[in-house]
Amino acid sequence: MSPPPTPPTTPQDVYERERLAHVHPETWRNPTPAERYQLVIVGAGPAGLAAAELAAALGARVALIERHLLGGTCLNNGCVPSKTLIRTARLYADMRDARRYGAQAPADIPVDFAAAMERVRRIRSHLGGGDSVRKLAAAGVDVFFGNMQFTGADTLTVNDEKLCFDKAIIATGARPHIPDIAGLREAGCLTNANVFNLTELPRRLLVIGGGPLGCELAQAFSRLGAQVTIVQDKPLFLEREERDAAQMLSDAFARDGIEVRLNTRVTAVRVVNGEKLIDMVSDDYHSTIAVDVILTGVGRLPNVEGLNLEAAGVSLTHAGGITVDDHLRTANPRIFAAGDVCLQQQYTATATASAHIAVRNALFGGRQRLSDLIVPWCTYTDPEIAHVGLYVREANRQGIPVKTFTIPLHEIDRAVTDSEQGGFVKIHVRERSDEILGATIVALHAGSMINEITLAMVAGIGLRTLSRVVHAYPTQGEAIRCAADAWNRTRLTPRIRARLRRWLSR
Amino acid sequence: MLADEALLDRLQRAAFGYFEHNINPRNGLVADTSRDNSPVSIAVVGFALSAYPVAVERGWMARDEALRRSLAALRFFRDSDQSGSPTATGYRGFYYHFLDIHSGARVWQSELSMIDTALLIAGALTAAMYFSADSADETELRALADFLYRRIDWRWSQDDGETIRQGWKPECGFLHYGWEGYSEAIVLYVLAMGSPSHPISGDCYRAWTATYQWENLYDHDYLYAGPLFVHHFSHAWLDLRGIRDRFMREKRADYFENSRRAVLIQREYAWRNPHEFDGYDENGWGLSACDGPSDEQLGLANEPRRLFGYAARGVPYGPDDGTLSPSAVLSSLPFAPDLALAAVRNLLLRYPEMLNDDRLASSVNPSLRGADGKAWVSAGHYGLDQGIVLMMIENHRSGLPWKLMRGCSYLRDGLRVAGFRGGWLLASAPGGAH
Repeated sequence: MSPPPTPPTTPQDVYERERLAHVHPETWRNPTPAERYQLVIVGAGPAGLAAAELAAALGARVALIERHLLGGTCLNNGCVPSKTLIRTARLYADMRDARRYGAQAPADIPVDFAAAMERVRRIRSHLGGGDSVRKLAAAGVDVFFGNMQFTGADTLTVNDEKLCFDKAIIATGARPHIPDIAGLREAGCLTNANVFNLTELPRRLLVIGGGPLGCELAQAFSRLGAQVTIVQDKPLFLEREERDAAQMLSDAFARDGIEVRLNTRVTAVRVVNGEKLIDMVSDDYHSTIAVDVILTGVGRLPNVEGLNLEAAGVSLTHAGGITVDDHLRTANPRIFAAGDVCLQQQYTATATASAHIAVRNALFGGRQRLSDLIVPWCTYTDPEIAHVGLYVREANRQGIPVKTFTIPLHEIDRAVTDSEQGGFVKIHVRERSDEILGATIVALHAGSMINEITLAMVAGIGLRTLSRVVHAYPTQGEAIRCAADAWNRTRLTPRIRARLRRWLSR
Repeated sequence: MLADEALLDRLQRAAFGYFEHNINPRNGLVADTSRDNSPVSIAVVGFALSAYPVAVERGWMARDEALRRSLAALRFFRDSDQSGSPTATGYRGFYYHFLDIHSGARVWQSELSMIDTALLIAGALTAAMYFSADSADETELRALADFLYRRIDWRWSQDDGETIRQGWKPECGFLHYGWEGYSEAIVLYVLAMGSPSHPISGDCYRAWTATYQWENLYDHDYLYAGPLFVHHFSHAWLDLRGIRDRFMREKRADYFENSRRAVLIQREYAWRNPHEFDGYDENGWGLSACDGPSDEQLGLANEPRRLFGYAARGVPYGPDDGTLSPSAVLSSLPFAPDLALAAVRNLLLRYPEMLNDDRLASSVNPSLRGADGKAWVSAGHYGLDQGIVLMMIENHRSGLPWKLMRGCSYLRDGLRVAGFRGGWLLASAPGGAH
């Protein structure tokens, strides 16, 4: 059997050198450890960086330990590169779709994939400067690069150097899970960890997994010109999201020319004459397709190996993540955890927010709870699908009477002027009240629109108040006010209407 | 212009003609569509069984002929191959969705269908309620319907899950399609809960209704489902006026009122016509499961729309390719008689080509015009369309199907287990004669 093909590595260009200078400079020398740190943070992804910055700002003596690169998945091979690539992909889609906007489509639209990827590296490098080692050091954080192991309840080593701590936060994140499919490892596959290293567009791409990552990249690569097939073993994409949202995404994929295979499992991968042959089954329908590159996006594994957690008395869940309570405390009361290594919701915003809770609880004995967080999330497909709070099925299961105010975007002038009517705002309220329980938005910029609902939920503002908020016209955000107006109109019961009529005709 | 009653009579009589002309009299099986080589749809057989009593009462078919056809179908299912093999007719009391009209064997590698079996058995029970004489044939018919109903292993269809699965195939076991949200399945759940032999529990119904979404859309509160037929099918047999399950009690509505609101929302959507299709307005609506123009149009160059074949079109999120289902409009008659009649008359006036032998085509797409300027019309007829039209016109005119099924103790028991209370259920004692 031939060894698996080597995954692509990052081109060593000026942007890559600049990025490494920010996030792991070759010349970096670890500082001499302080006698004791008030807080040691393990892992410098979004959670670790947020924790370090907050703790340093609060005046704590802080050490931050990173094995590889500052910035973690988000900056290096997650949100930042994917959103950068998605923007280029959308531009190509708009060019091809120019007639929809009454514009002339260019006769020929050649895709410069290498240029798109160079832009990804440039922007990633630029944003890497925001959390550079030097900035952290200037803020008073002792940054250590190297392999770390716990050696006791309040001690650890970094490259054999001993550090003592009062409190620690583990924020080592998670890595892509490669599904156990016969022949997949031998054939080789990409994950988010290396897909952004590509410099040539694959002609035929198979995406395994219909979660946020798989959906975003399937659409992006399709729009950049690859022939994309996406395989999902569930009836719809984004299984947590509500059915209408997921259905809209399926429809959008069909318009983009993506071959959608729902309810389908990949059973085996074979390499024949240099081609990757993918065997699939959907109930009783067996089929095989040929592709050039396989990308997997089917879940993530927490990074807990090599940390010697047993020595610190930190325990793991069945799923392999770090066990924490609602205050983010591990089984060792000195040690907390934050971000993907311990959370089900693996989003940058959740990681950052959980890090802030962990710092306050660790340094000040705070009692802040993870469950009090209201965290929105968004899948950055076109259209975007954003959600915050409860889903209707969750409310139903909890016995909370729920009613949804639905505004299709074809009701919103700005969506119509922009030819972006395919979407909606759904706001779920507690029945017979204006209390917002949650919301789902499907729109081109749903991720931005959901923030207004999140603000309302955090501030305890209901639809009654939102209906009084004048929204700029014409904006797609008006859909939120329209939902609030619809709520207001439901207060006009026939009895109140009759009373009003009587009063007006006095 | 025909008076309303005369128009309805003509359309209903023509709908019944479908069942007269597309049946294999030897086994009572009825074709899915009037097109050549159409297989049998078991749901259409259920509609046929429900249609015969209407036809007898309206003088369109002699009682003994209706009885003969009903018996032929029920005897066929009794004697059918229940081994669950790939060429059998059924398994565990359920039946494959599509069957060969001559042999009754499974075709198209179709699935063992829970909802279609429910529609078939609802028809069998309708026949059993109607043919109530003491004659040998009618006694046999009632025994057959009872046997077929009791044979269905509803519990098995849960596959140890919370709700009923949508289908099963011998090649791969249960299918994995999601079946969340309000759908036409109330009649399926009620039948499954009313079973004296293999009943599912009320928890199963509650687990299904936990996926419901109560929405305010275009200023109407309703239990959301996009395609119009979802708001009709269970109502063909179940009189859901004034009786409420827990969900509807909480919402201070009932399923009948809900279907009325669904009509208002369909009408409102078509009036707003977000995709700017021809023929959509306050009297041009009806987005539902129906045939569509895709097969005929795929080869056209520069076709800007995305067209669908047979698909469940819905409001407000589509799919919407400009195709309307006139039978879905007509089937709205019990819920919103004036609106449905106005729309049907309007569609007939604008697109007379959608009426063939006085029967409604499955669908019409006014945005797609042929060289003769006529709207695209689906070829032939679909049994499901004719069945639901016939039943809903009858429920509007005389309420006969509802009256028959209110007397069916299995359905009453099923409704009670589902938590339905009030209305006509109050007046009928639990259990009692079937």
